[in-house]
Amino acid sequence: MDILNAVVVLANFVLIPALSYGSQLALGALGVTLIYGILRFSNFAHGDTMAFGAMVTILFTWAFQNMGISIAPLPTALLALPFGIVVTAALLLATDRVVYRFYRQQKAKPIILVMVSLGVMFILNGIVRVIIGPGEQRFEDGARFIINARQFKEMTGLEEGLAFKASQGLTIVVTIIAVAALFWFLDRTKMGKSMRAYSDNEDLALLSGINPERVVRITWILAAILATTAGVLYGLDKSFKPFTYFQLLLPMFAAAIVGGLGNPLGAIVGGYIIAFSEVTLTYAWKKVATYFLPASLAPDSLMQLLSTDYKYAVSFTILVIVLIFKPYGLFRGKAV
Amino acid sequence: MSGADPQMAGKPEPFLIGEAMTGGYGRGADILHDCTIAVDKGQIAVIVGPNGAGKSTAMKAVFGMVDLRLGAVRLDGQDITALTPQARVAMGMGFVPQTHNIFTSMTVEENLEMGAFLRQDDIRGTMEQVYELFPILKDKRRQAAGELSGGQRQQVAVGRALMTRPSLLMLDEPTAGVSPIVMDELFDRIIEVARTGISILMVEQNARQALEIADKGYVLVQGSNAHTGSGKALLADPQVRKSFLGGTE
Amino acid sequence: MRNAALFALVAALYIATGMMQSWNTALAIFNMGLISAVMALGVNIQWGYAGLFNVGIMGFVALGGLATVLVSMPPVTEAWAAGGARMLAALAFGAGTIAAGIATFRRMQPGRRRALAVAAIFAVGFVLYRWAFDPARDAIEAIDPASTGYLGGLGLPILIAWPVGGLLAAAAAWGIGKTALGLRSDYLAIATLGIAEIIIAVLKNEDWLGRGVKNVVGLPRPVPYEIDLQDTPEFVARATELGLDPATASSLWVKLCYTGLFAAVLLALILLTQLALKSPWGRMMRAIRDNEVAAEAMGKNVTRRHLQIFILGSAICGMAGAMMTTLDGQLTPGTYQPLRYTFLIWVMVIVGGSGNNWGSVLGGFLIWWLWIQVEPIGGFVMNLITMPLPEDSGLRLHLLDSVQHIRLLTMGVVLLLVLRFSPRGLIPEK
Ligand SMILES: Nc1ncnc2c1ncn2[C@@H]1O[C@H](COP(=O)(O)OP(=O)(O)OP(=O)(O)O)[C@@H](O)[C@H]1O
Ligand SMILES: [Mg+2]
Repeated sequence: MDILNAVVVLANFVLIPALSYGSQLALGALGVTLIYGILRFSNFAHGDTMAFGAMVTILFTWAFQNMGISIAPLPTALLALPFGIVVTAALLLATDRVVYRFYRQQKAKPIILVMVSLGVMFILNGIVRVIIGPGEQRFEDGARFIINARQFKEMTGLEEGLAFKASQGLTIVVTIIAVAALFWFLDRTKMGKSMRAYSDNEDLALLSGINPERVVRITWILAAILATTAGVLYGLDKSFKPFTYFQLLLPMFAAAIVGGLGNPLGAIVGGYIIAFSEVTLTYAWKKVATYFLPASLAPDSLMQLLSTDYKYAVSFTILVIVLIFKPYGLFRGKAV
Repeated sequence: MSGADPQMAGKPEPFLIGEAMTGGYGRGADILHDCTIAVDKGQIAVIVGPNGAGKSTAMKAVFGMVDLRLGAVRLDGQDITALTPQARVAMGMGFVPQTHNIFTSMTVEENLEMGAFLRQDDIRGTMEQVYELFPILKDKRRQAAGELSGGQRQQVAVGRALMTRPSLLMLDEPTAGVSPIVMDELFDRIIEVARTGISILMVEQNARQALEIADKGYVLVQGSNAHTGSGKALLADPQVRKSFLGGTE
Repeated sequence: MRNAALFALVAALYIATGMMQSWNTALAIFNMGLISAVMALGVNIQWGYAGLFNVGIMGFVALGGLATVLVSMPPVTEAWAAGGARMLAALAFGAGTIAAGIATFRRMQPGRRRALAVAAIFAVGFVLYRWAFDPARDAIEAIDPASTGYLGGLGLPILIAWPVGGLLAAAAAWGIGKTALGLRSDYLAIATLGIAEIIIAVLKNEDWLGRGVKNVVGLPRPVPYEIDLQDTPEFVARATELGLDPATASSLWVKLCYTGLFAAVLLALILLTQLALKSPWGRMMRAIRDNEVAAEAMGKNVTRRHLQIFILGSAICGMAGAMMTTLDGQLTPGTYQPLRYTFLIWVMVIVGGSGNNWGSVLGGFLIWWLWIQVEPIGGFVMNLITMPLPEDSGLRLHLLDSVQHIRLLTMGVVLLLVLRFSPRGLIPEK
């Protein structure tokens, strides 16, 4: 019984949150890695792209809510998501057109593009704050829980409850769908294969008649889909605040690099590695331990390895370890 | 050497000609100086010369990957000097670069598919033909091309270029890094391809063997035509033998 | 000639501010302009000489700020008595653990056993470290938390903190450079972004070190206090002679003193960086930047040179950070914003002219002035734009509210425009 209780606590505070946070990171890191694979630079504006996409979706959500449109028990945001994606894709394509394309044609060094993306980040950041403000916004509606702690206790008779938030379930399901669709696209369709070809060997792709501009456009659209989805899911699960999306940059980059920059599968694995490390290291294990250990050995400290304020230190440490020992990442990405 | 090839005078225009090409990379110095390369329908033309002579550059110039300051490239009588490489692919030119000529992370089959990217029709027939030409590739079709041996990679590279069903195939040192046996194999395959009516323009390090199968040979030195003639004539030319073929025989 | 004109133009901006607003404001902006110029100089060394992209300027600046506290605040003796020794022991033990881990890693053969051994050292070390550290921290933070709750500093003159800030930043830069240099250029950007976030997290959360978000106020000054001046008869007399009231005069004088100090540092740094740039070392650096492959082929150890320059540039930023905190008179970790302390500096460097020391100095002064002045101007413009809207319209209030965010946006646009249309900046590299 104690073991079961411990497992429930673990699932409740570690497994489920890490799984949903990991999914959000994985989606974000996928965007980073795709852009890196095709356009060959680390896009610092990706976090703020997520914020932008989420913001547009929120505005649509509010509009739908005002009109009384609802898809309960699912959150209205899910209905607004496609609209958010379309607007974000338009924004990214426009940015590419007026900003990035010039440097691509100049064959500028990647670091210049990184710096340019920083400028874009600035601007997106400003736009988001001007439109929706720097504060926290709530936009979730529909069912709150798939199962809440009380129901779970009644169902199982266990002492510990397990709460499975709707936003967490939604995150996991949407991520599975998005990732499956992405891999189907990359592995099975001609367009997707041409993207991989371009990422693998740009010059040879040109010699095969692949149109680079088209590949780039598709990449931005995919990035918009992934970023908006990730941003909305994160916002539903936690809350929407522009600055937190900037802070997500580090874990997302870490995830992409851990997996191997440019490698989509790696980005997903990396996302979960980062999320699980972050959550397990910042979780107070006291409760789990009390179930496992005899009362005499019960810990009196919280058994928390790191305060949650340092969760970014976890991604950073993992990043540093990977850079030192395996700079290509776990799944050999593109050149170091 | 003057640009206009004296032997061409009066003859009908060759299938492909890069005429009096002068140019280089970006804003750097010219690499090619008044260099002319041509190949007739269904024939094999071979470019030889010392390292750094500009052989690869000449190939790239013909394919539109080097900006020409002077000169022109014509395919089947049509001026294509201003076309992008992709447009040249669409016009029936295929190019196998000297290095990085396969998609290493993709399977052999996907490499071939990418070769046929511009085609809208059914490509399975062509793929079968490539597999007939290079049977080993059929066995390895699901393997990542980067995991193949050097010789097999070259086969993938040539196969990829054949997938567009080109009327002109350009090969930059297709036998680089392969064993003599495989090299003979590859040469045989190349002759086979030429027999189907595809013109072949090829750069070769193994000058003697290449000139033996060549209808036409070009010796490039420092970006200029040093010697031009039929493969046999060049092999017989004492000066060419002395300076480029190690002239012992 | 053109350069002199540009500098004159920027000087005119400051003078105009003095005449139209007040000399106090103008001097305040100018002092921060001096500090900004120092930061820009440090970043320019990294970017302009070596093409290194540092996105963690904020972190190095904050380390400089921490240095002022550690050097200049009086030690809190009760706190030292309560947990100082244990804290030092814990920190030493933590450092020892890391050293032991690295040494083990270096000594043992690669393989599973090594991985296990290193992991064990770190795991056990971490637990022991926390066992030593936690009580010490709690004891220190329990000492009069409302006013101290930290160990305090060494009680030394605050000017010493400036080079110390540089040293702290240099140490952090060494660690980052060791891991991220020699890899793809993007990695340094990402790693510096990370370290900056972490440094700020440490400053905010380690109350025993620098009081965290409770801030350290009342840092000692290297210049006189206004009150003291106003109480000095000679000063008051001199002020009235000049036709100034003592309050204004004292505040002006204090600012001028800071100006003198900062200007001395800036001039010294310009001199040094210019000399360095013209030296064989500087020529080599630029050769490496322009063609890494060729430099490497010529036997230059590119990564080592990059590490050197990364440390130097970061140290300058650290020093500037210490100067800034000295000027503020307080350490407020909550105010370190990446947009303000990292990206604004980048705008200065790019606009001024990357690779040119004078350019970054000019950029520092110009952009800082704009940064301060754009907000009132923006507010004014926004007021005009929203004039037709009713007084209490939600949109109007919202727009007026977002003026400060528009400032960000403007800086982003400026950065992009300069990168695109004038990538060499106002004063291009020769
Ligand atoms: N991408 C490039 N940019 C600038 N210069 C180049 C480039 N590629 C080649 N060169 C220069 O052009 C000249 C000719 O090179 P090219 O590759 O055409 O020689 P090659 O005859 O093919 O030699 P090899 O037999 O070694 O393949 C060389 O001096 C080389 O340094
Ligand atoms: Mg070559």
